[in-house]
Amino acid sequence: MTTELQKRLPERTAVATRSRRGRAAPPWWFTVPALLLFTFVVLVPSARGVYYAFTDWDGLDPDLAFIGLDNFTAIADDPDALQAIWHTLLVAVAITVLQNGFGLLLALGVNTMIKSRNFLRALLFAPAVIAQIVTAYLWRNLLSPDGAVNSLLSAVGLDSWRQNWLGDPDLALWMIVLVVVWQYAGYSMVIFIAGLQSIPKEIYEAAAIDGSGPIRRFWSVIRPLLAPALTINLMLSIIGGIKLFDQVYALTGGGPGHATDTISTLIYKDAFTLGEFGYSIALAVVLTAIVAIISAGQYAVLNRNEKAAS
Amino acid sequence: MNRYTRRTLALEMLMIAVAIVFAFPVYVLVNLAIRAPSDTSSPISPTTAPTLANFTQAWQEGGLGGALINSVIVTAVSVLIVLAVSSLAAYPLARSTAHWSRGTFLVIMLGLILPFQLAALPLYQTIRDLGLLGSVWSLILFYSGLQVPFTTFLDVGFLRALPRDFEEAATIDGCGPLTAFRYVVLPMLKPITVTALVLNTVSVWNDFFTPLLYLSGSDQQTMPVAVAGFVGQFVSDWNLIFAALLISIVPVLAVYLALQRSIINGFAGGLKG
Repeated sequence: MTTELQKRLPERTAVATRSRRGRAAPPWWFTVPALLLFTFVVLVPSARGVYYAFTDWDGLDPDLAFIGLDNFTAIADDPDALQAIWHTLLVAVAITVLQNGFGLLLALGVNTMIKSRNFLRALLFAPAVIAQIVTAYLWRNLLSPDGAVNSLLSAVGLDSWRQNWLGDPDLALWMIVLVVVWQYAGYSMVIFIAGLQSIPKEIYEAAAIDGSGPIRRFWSVIRPLLAPALTINLMLSIIGGIKLFDQVYALTGGGPGHATDTISTLIYKDAFTLGEFGYSIALAVVLTAIVAIISAGQYAVLNRNEKAAS
Repeated sequence: MNRYTRRTLALEMLMIAVAIVFAFPVYVLVNLAIRAPSDTSSPISPTTAPTLANFTQAWQEGGLGGALINSVIVTAVSVLIVLAVSSLAAYPLARSTAHWSRGTFLVIMLGLILPFQLAALPLYQTIRDLGLLGSVWSLILFYSGLQVPFTTFLDVGFLRALPRDFEEAATIDGCGPLTAFRYVVLPMLKPITVTALVLNTVSVWNDFFTPLLYLSGSDQQTMPVAVAGFVGQFVSDWNLIFAALLISIVPVLAVYLALQRSIINGFAGGLKG
């Protein structure tokens, strides 16, 4: 029987045999174009970057001298760099907490029976599609001494609350956080809404019939089921916060003084205004290490929580 | 539970109040953009004599038209390349369990963690040596590689959840791997491709850091760099600057309003993973 078929349909059987063995896997060369681009643009430059961090690279001279950890000890001795690292972490945590806090509240409010829910969802999400540099310039004017925020405070009789929001070193960093949260709270909201909608209606109803109040219902029933949406949201906001550049560039340029410099703005300034490429790339390595540690830690913790919740 | 009660009405009022506060910056943006520079009344009081002169001037002096065309070219070409190479790569990466496949996938996923600040400086040198500084091709090349890990990640995750039956049927019917990819796998990937299209378009269109590095000092600009240059040029002429900001927002918002549902679903759906 088999031999007869093989004679008649040699090709078919060959395929069938192959698929039984290796399930006719698509060829490896399909990955080549993507791999080439990725290697040329990301992998090789990143590897070179790590190497340059241990040299006196100036961006031009091809003759590099290996200087060991000098760039890193220079970072450790540089109060501006240490301050920038601290700002980066502070901003990332503040953005993560506030953006997701507001995002969740907005999601809980919008994902209800209210008539304006579709309109609100579209409106609140809209800033997330606009360029960060554009929203940052908008806010730079709003927060200026004669800007709309101060005018609004005067208009409601809160003259004493007027501030030089971006010119005050104690406030400026928080204004950057505010701008990011304003722009992306709607983004977090959309992901939370998707999470809420994936929870079956029966679960809400069962909880309501059991007589649990809204807060209890949220904490014991909805919150654990929101874990996947929360995972995504936390990842996006903390990584975005650590890489923050555009908003700082447009709102304060890192000032006043160095009060709002982040790692990314220092990388830019050190390389392109001071020509300190080796030092700058060492800062980028520090940034990479922070991102890697946080990603790994977050992945581990959230993965455990998600498993515990499901 | 599903009725519109008094409490729902109260919530509706509250949410609309929140939305008004939220939209306040946009009101000021429009309000100042249509105001003559000579009008120095408070930025929050409605403009009494609206004018479109700022828009004409911003368009003429800001080089926004050229920047808009560049942004369209850069975004369209690089997103198309990314979608094509990533979905092609995702096919074997999702289906093969061989060592090379898992290894390759892990290496590409490394790109999800590496911040582009690390690659940007050495790549700056390479692009300068290739003579591509100041050319939009440097950006197209950069985004085509930079966006590969994320797009491949989405495609592979999506494809792994789909049955192999269709591709295997096609193979048994005599389709080569490329034909099976083009006519079977690619159509199945359509939902995730829409998501990847939306996410890649938004991040490429809005990127500021890369064109700031690779295009600075040239007359080639993308929209975000043109806007930043405009602010540098007209420092405190905010009526004019706001007109330029609005011009840069309008194309994005128009697309957003037209495709609002699929854009929001793209953001929410793909990321739910």
